[in-house]
This record gives sequence, C-alpha cells and structure tokens, in this order.
Amino acid sequence: MEWILGITAGILLSTGLYSLLKRHLLQILIGILLMGHGANLMVFLSGGLNPGQPAFVAEGAKALSRNSSDPLPQALVLTAIVIGFGIVGFVLILFKQSWVIVGSLSTEAYRTSKGERRNT
Amino acid sequence: MKVILPIIIPLIGALLSIALVHKPMVSRWIGVLASLATLMASAILMVSVDTQGIHVLHSGGWQAPFGISLVADRLGAVMVAVSSLVAFCASIYAFKDIPNQLVKKHFIALVLFLLMGVNGAYLTGDLFNLYVWFEVLLSASFVLLVLGSGHQQFKGSLKYVVLNLLGSTLFLIGAGLLYSKVGTLNMADLAFKLSSHEQSDLVNSSGILLLLAFGLKAGVFPLFFWLPSSYPTAPYTVSALFAGLLTKVGIYAIIRSMTLFLSGAQDDLQTLLITVALLTMVLGVLGAVAQGHIRQILSFHIISQVGYILAGVALFTVAGLAGAIFYLVHHIIVKSNLFFIAGMIERQRGSDDLYKTGRLRKMAPVLSVLFFISGFSLAGLPLLSGFWAKLAVLKAGLEEGAWLLSAGVVLVGIITLLSMLKIWIGSFWEGSRPSPTGDPIKATPLPLSMVLPSILLGAITLGLGLVGGDLYSYSIRAAEDLIEPMTIIQAVLGESP
Repeated sequence: MEWILGITAGILLSTGLYSLLKRHLLQILIGILLMGHGANLMVFLSGGLNPGQPAFVAEGAKALSRNSSDPLPQALVLTAIVIGFGIVGFVLILFKQSWVIVGSLSTEAYRTSKGERRNT
Repeated sequence: MKVILPIIIPLIGALLSIALVHKPMVSRWIGVLASLATLMASAILMVSVDTQGIHVLHSGGWQAPFGISLVADRLGAVMVAVSSLVAFCASIYAFKDIPNQLVKKHFIALVLFLLMGVNGAYLTGDLFNLYVWFEVLLSASFVLLVLGSGHQQFKGSLKYVVLNLLGSTLFLIGAGLLYSKVGTLNMADLAFKLSSHEQSDLVNSSGILLLLAFGLKAGVFPLFFWLPSSYPTAPYTVSALFAGLLTKVGIYAIIRSMTLFLSGAQDDLQTLLITVALLTMVLGVLGAVAQGHIRQILSFHIISQVGYILAGVALFTVAGLAGAIFYLVHHIIVKSNLFFIAGMIERQRGSDDLYKTGRLRKMAPVLSVLFFISGFSLAGLPLLSGFWAKLAVLKAGLEEGAWLLSAGVVLVGIITLLSMLKIWIGSFWEGSRPSPTGDPIKATPLPLSMVLPSILLGAITLGLGLVGGDLYSYSIRAAEDLIEPMTIIQAVLGESP
C-alpha cells in the first residue's frame, strides 16, 4: 500500500515542479498546489499505513500497539494542509491583483512592464 | 514564562491593533509600545539566560520529546533581543514613512505578527514548530511586501512568494522524512538519538532538504536571486524590517541544524558550506558594485554579508561560530539602519538613485554622520562594529587554515568599502552630476520620528565598536553551548536522557 502512495507523491512533486516552471501564473499556482499535496502525502506516509487499526491505546497498555499507525504525522499533515490552504488563498488574491494592475497573467508581462525600465 | 513573553506580547499587540485599526494614531502607538515591551522582555530573557543557563518551557506541561518545547539558549535570546530592537525602531520610523492609508490596512498588526513569527522561530525547540513559525513570518511578510502595491512590487513579490513556498515544501518534506526515520521532532531529542547512532550522516541524508530550504530563506549562493528583486520594492520601513529579520532566520536555522541534528554530517558538509559561503560573499558584493540605486546596493550587500556569517558557521569551531553570532548581531543593526538612512535620503532628494542625489553632506550633516557610522561599519572600518565582526571571522578562518576563505573575507571587505564609498561620493559629496534644473536644492527638514531610530541604531553600532568585547565574549559563550550539543540536550530532555 505504501509504495502506491509513495509513487503518487513522487508524481505529484515532479508534475508540480514542472508546472511551477511555466510562464503562466495559473500554471504556477497549480504547481504550488501539486507540490504541496505531494509534500503532505510524504509526511502522511512517514507514520506508516496500517488499515483497520484505530489509534487507541489498549486498556492497561502504556503505548500504542506495534502494528497501528503513528497518529502524529496525521496531525502534522492537518496543520500543513491548513497552512497551505491559507497560503494558496493569498496567492490567488495576489495573482488576481496582478491581473488588475499589470493586466496580464503571464510572467513575460512582468519583464516588459514599465517597472523594469525604471530600474535600468 | 520569560521564554514565551517575546511571542505573546507581539500577538496581543497585533490583536489590539486589529481591533483599533480605524484609529491609525492609536494603532501606531500600540505598535511602538508592543515592540518596546517585547524588546524589554527579550532583554530580560537574554540577561537571565546568560546568568542562569538555558531556559526551557514545556508547553502544556507535556514533557520534552512529546510536547512542544520552547528553548531559549544564548544564541536564541540574543537574536530575539536584536530582532525586537529592529521592530521597535521600525515602528517609530513608520510614523512618517507609512501613510495612514496603509496603517488602516493592518500594517501595524502585520509588523507585529512578523515579529511574533521571527521570535517564535528563534525560541522553538521543535522542528515542526519551526516550520509553523516560518509560515507565520512568511505569511506576514508576503502581505507586507505587496501592501500599497505598485507595478514593481508585484514583480518582486512574485519571485519571493513562489520561491519561499518552494522552500517551505522542501522543509516540510525534510521534516517528514526525518520523523519517519528517527521518530521524534524535538530538535534536542533528534540530536541525541542521532548522536548515539553510528552512521548518523547516512540516516540523516534527508537533512540536506532542510539545509536547502534554510539556505533558500537565508539567501545563500545559488538561491539568492529572489532577494535583490523583492527587497528594494517595498516601503523603506518594510525593507529595513526584512533586511534585519528575514534572511537571519534562515541563517539561524542553518546554525541550529548544523549544531544539533545535522552535527553528524559536519565533516561531509563542511566543504560544501565553505564553497557556498565563499561564492555567496563574492557574488553578492560583485552584484552590489553593478547597481546604481542605494537600496539595490544594500540588498546585494545583504547577500554578501550572509556569506560572511555562513563562513563563520562552516568552520565549526568555537571561534567561527562566535564570529558568526557577533556578525549576525552587528549585521542586523547596521543593515536595518542603512535602509532607514536610504529612506531619509529619498525623502530629502526624491530618489535613491546615486546619479540624482548628491551634496547631502552639506545639506544634512546629521544624516551624513549616521550614514558614515553605519556604511563604514558595514565595510569594516576599524573601531566600528563591522571591523570586529570581520576580524572575528577572519581570525577563525586563519586558525582553521582555510586560506581561500580568509582571502575571500579580506577581498570582499575591500569591495564592500568600495561600494560604500560609491554611495558616499554619489549621495553625500558633490554628486556625480549637477541637478538637472540647476536650482539650489534646499533640504527639507527630516521628521524626528525618522532620525531618532536611526540615531539609536547608530549609537549602538558605535557602542559595539568601542566596547565590542562584551558582546564578543557573550558570542563565545553562546558558541561554546552550540558546539557541545549535550548542554542543550540535557537542558531540554532532563539530566539523564
């Protein structure tokens, strides 16, 4: 089971990186999203996958039984997902403002815009 | 309790200023008072850490490897104190630099959230918690960067946002992989478990992901190009804040990781780090020489200074680490002040273009003195703080026999002096060209709220230069704690882990 998720995480990260290198802002956004998902999946995997084993400490025992998954990475992933959600919301607004102010969603527009000339 | 105050106070201040956002003046004063209170709390923390040893707070009463521990050692405490100082000066400087319109868009709250994130990153003892603090400070910095957005600002912020998000992704993956291998996220516990393993450098191969993420945030050699394109576009207060706070968190994280959970790989990484440090220094300073705007010159100098600090770290000796810590403190104070001064130059002459300014030496003598102190301290003129900082790194390099690195330190120092002279000649002396209209330019008096923070930082720079020994011996003590990870491991995990 782990290997399927491992490969999925790899595909998500590589397609995300590919998309991140594009010139269109929306493709960059998709790249950010995919890479974020890939990273979350990898952290999720780090706790191990053991289906059908609830993360409860059995009566009398001090710790979780050996064959149950570690619940901590799942808590970490929840945190990371929430943070990622907020960041993507911000990036969306940023790109929308960029559409309003620069008038384009292509990074090429940044290169040829007025701002560049002022600098040189 | 002392440990958590530098995080709580900015949070309370930020919430208050959100509640009172419709009264800009009240909001501004909240910013000043909250950052002053943070500064005092962190100064108390620093003194108490120095006299009583490492302070640890187990949040929620959970014991060390299970709960999130806040750890204040000498390095963390001094970084918190200096960051709070910069935030305090910036919130005074903002009175005239930041218009009410931006204050009503929660500028003050964002500055305080940034300070909270930075202080949290310096004080946390948990790797995942460090990730969370990084995100807190990044989110605040993203918004600060695009606030009052112009054309140019968007261009810079795009690079900044995308690259830092990439860095955060790498950080998250690195932390996850490390957890799956070692089974803990507490940095002291990580160091302890790895140090008892025979081949900890192999166990820790994924640590390079963390190093990459921290390096990106610190702006080291192949990963620095977001910095000069984003810093010069924001308002001056924001540039100064970023210059003082942001890249330093990355460097701090490198120091922390190299001395705790990557310490097993020090030998493998030393050559890499020294090469990167040298290239960062040289390329940063060469980039600066090519620029014509004061703020761009200063931004490139941040990179070359980061190289100096990294050079100290890469030596892995007490002297090297002490030099790096001393350099960090000096650099934060001086660089923020230089951005403040650049803001005042632009206010007087309407531009920070070296070819459009000039004659400031006669028009604004106070400003000239302030620039002289900070600018030439950055270049390492004797008796100013930068001289001792560079000397400390150079001495550590020579002791270790790192000749190429030491030669780089000296050479880059000379080029830094050159580019500070360029600003001095261009803006303060006669100016390269006469003013286009030929009219006698009259100096507009500078508002006190801009001059005062600059004078404060300038005085500290002078003070560090004249009595730098105290800070240097403090840095030595901090470095001794760092080089021997058992001190911090025992403080966090208890006497017999």
